[in-house]
Amino acid sequence: MILAIASGKGGTGKTTVAANLAVCLPEPVHLLDCDVEEPNCHIFLNPEIKSTERFTLPFPTVDENRCNGCGECSNICQYNAIVSLKSKPLVFPELCHGCGGCSEVCPEEAITEAKREIGTISSGTWRHITFVQGLLDVGQSLSPPLIRAVKQHCGTNGITIIDCPPGTSCPVIAAVTKSDYVVLVSESSPFGLHDLDLAVDTMRKLDLNFGVVINRVSSLDHRVADYCRNAQIPILLEIPDDRKAAEAYSQGLLLVESVPGFRELFERLYNRILSESSQNRKPTPENKRDFEDIA
Amino acid sequence: MKISISSQGSNPDSAVDPRFGRAAQFLIYDTDTASYEVISNSQGQEAAQGAGIKAAETISRCGAQVLITGHCGPKAFSTLKAAGIEVIIGAEGLSVSQAVDKYKSGQFDATNSSDVRGHWK
Repeated sequence: MILAIASGKGGTGKTTVAANLAVCLPEPVHLLDCDVEEPNCHIFLNPEIKSTERFTLPFPTVDENRCNGCGECSNICQYNAIVSLKSKPLVFPELCHGCGGCSEVCPEEAITEAKREIGTISSGTWRHITFVQGLLDVGQSLSPPLIRAVKQHCGTNGITIIDCPPGTSCPVIAAVTKSDYVVLVSESSPFGLHDLDLAVDTMRKLDLNFGVVINRVSSLDHRVADYCRNAQIPILLEIPDDRKAAEAYSQGLLLVESVPGFRELFERLYNRILSESSQNRKPTPENKRDFEDIA
Repeated sequence: MKISISSQGSNPDSAVDPRFGRAAQFLIYDTDTASYEVISNSQGQEAAQGAGIKAAETISRCGAQVLITGHCGPKAFSTLKAAGIEVIIGAEGLSVSQAVDKYKSGQFDATNSSDVRGHWK
C-alpha cells in the first residue's frame, strides 16, 4: 500500500505524521521524503545514509552546422526553453522540463541531449524503515521530475509512506499520484481550513481516497472538524495541542517515543487508515458543502 | 527597415507598453512605407514561462530589426541579441508614434544589456 501524507497548508504536521506513523508500523516500511525543497524526515529518524546519487535532467544541445532554422523545436516546446532564430538556435537549460520533444521533431537530427544535475537522492535504513529522500539543489525550481525519481523507490510489498510537499500545485500532484490512500494533515485555523479545502478539491479531481488528521486540536476552534463532518470526510485522528509534543518536536524527537499516549494515537491512526482504505469510500462532490458556510 | 514597438493598444497614439515579454501587443513600423502593422503577442502573454523569449521570436519572425520598449529582462535580451535586433529601452510614457519619431531623430541609444531581472512586473 502506498500512503501519501499531504496537507495543503504548510507547517500542519505532515512530517510529524509521516515519521511517527512509520515508526509505529508493525511491518517493513519504506519512507520516501518527497518534500524535496526542504526534506526533514531525517531530522526525526536520523537514518544511516548508505547511498547518494545525483539526479539529472536532459536538455537539448544543437549542432549548428546541421540546424536549418526551421523552428520546429521552438514550436513544440511548451516552456520556451529552445528558440530558433534564422539559423541560430538558442537554448535556456533552466527552463527545460526534459521532455525530449525538440529532438523528436527535429527533421535535421541536429539536437542531442546533454544532462544537467538538479538534485540528490539519498537512501539508507533506520530500524525496520527503508528511507529515501530527494533534495533539490538551491536555485533549481523543477521539483516534479526529482519527486517522481524518489517514488521509483516505493517498496514492492509492505507499506510505503510518502511525505509530500505542501500546497496543491505540480509537486504535490507528482507526490500523491498513484497512491492508494492520502492522509491530509490540517490544523483548525482560518488558513488551515482554507488550504484544506483546496487540498480536498485536488484529491477529488485526482479521484484519490483520502481522510483528514487534525493536528494541535484545542477546544477553541472546531472549524476543520465541522467542515469534515459536513463534507462527510473521515477524521482519522485528532492530535491534541500538547506542550510536551511541541517540546519534543523542537528537539527533533519522535512523539511516539517521548510523549506518553502518542504511540497509542498513531497505532489507532494506522488501524483507521487500514479500515478506511479497504472501504474504498470516496466522498462525492454532492456531499461537499462550501467551507465559507462554516468559516 | 522595420521597427517593433511594445504597445498597450493597436494604433500609433497608444501608449508604449513598458513590458516586453508580456506586452499587450506589438506595432511594427515600416520606415519604407511609413505604415504600421499590428502584431499579436498572445503567445508571449499566455506563456507559462519564457514570455520574453517567445515575444522576441515573434518580432524576429516579423522581420523587425529594432525594438522600442520600456524594459527588457535578461533572457529576452539574449534572444533579441541572437536575432540581431537592436534594443531600445526607456520609452515608457511615450505614445508609439512619439517613440518612433524620437528614434528616427536619433535621440535613443541602443542598450547593450538588460535593465531589469526576469518577472520584474
